[in-house]
Amino acid sequence: MPEEEGVRGGAQGSGAPSDPDAELLARLRRGDEDAFRALVTEHGPFLMRLVMMHVPSHSIAEEVVGDTWLAVLNGLDRFEGRSSLRTWIASIALNKARTRGTREGRIVPFALLRRRYEEGGGPALDPDRFQGRRGERPGWWASPPAAWEGPERQLEAAETRDVLLHAIRDLPPRQREVIALRDISGWDAEEVCNTLDLSETNQRVLLHRARSKVRAALEEYMRPETEGTTQ
Amino acid sequence: MNRRQNRMFTCQEMVELVTDYLEGRLDAAARGRFEAHVAECDACTLYIEQMRMTITALGHIPPESISPEAERELVAAFRNWRDQTA
Repeated sequence: MPEEEGVRGGAQGSGAPSDPDAELLARLRRGDEDAFRALVTEHGPFLMRLVMMHVPSHSIAEEVVGDTWLAVLNGLDRFEGRSSLRTWIASIALNKARTRGTREGRIVPFALLRRRYEEGGGPALDPDRFQGRRGERPGWWASPPAAWEGPERQLEAAETRDVLLHAIRDLPPRQREVIALRDISGWDAEEVCNTLDLSETNQRVLLHRARSKVRAALEEYMRPETEGTTQ
Repeated sequence: MNRRQNRMFTCQEMVELVTDYLEGRLDAAARGRFEAHVAECDACTLYIEQMRMTITALGHIPPESISPEAERELVAAFRNWRDQTA
């Protein structure tokens, strides 16, 4: 009974096939409240995380997510299942979050100003970390990374989480969205490209910049002698 | 051991290639050069390991929750929508 056109998911079988989407959609269109609750339970937390990247407070994020669900319900008839349900929902949420984020004056304007020029570009690491042309081995490490002490335990700590989230908030918006979807939500590259309307290469460049900067923030945090040197 | 044929990547290049490597986007030749560098360079080995740890740490960030109040409002909105479209 479910229409087959909605089935197009990743051929690699990573994640669930989109069949459940079709079933859930049919139930939603019939007005099944349990289906709606299931949808909200499954996608609500990641939508909140995504929207929080753009707006300054939890309560505003809840508003935006609420608006998103309304838009989803009102758009159900128009949704053709050419993208996955969560891709579609995420695009709606991101549009609303970007608009709202702009209206609210953004979260960290100083960081945005500072970094606007490097939306996609800029090196992964400060060039001073490497030997210059006159060095013994040009392009090789001048100040190599130090090992992180007891990282397993520390990486799970709440404080580390704050460092990560803070680093992500400092990123230019596109990088922020890519790393949130790829690494926090665990989406694959193709889905992220579809949601954010990026080419595969562009997605990878943004991901690279974002990951490099988040790693650098962790490095800063893990280094024992940086105590008390926050800006 | 014919490393000479392909110039070795510098560490600075390695740091820019790490995502392409982790994403499986380097061609065979570049992957070979990447891995040859890793085999020789402890600092880059550590750097890549730290990139992996960063990704793992990001994956462990717990989801944001919605307040019960907001959830109640959502369900109310849903009923409203259902009644309007019925």
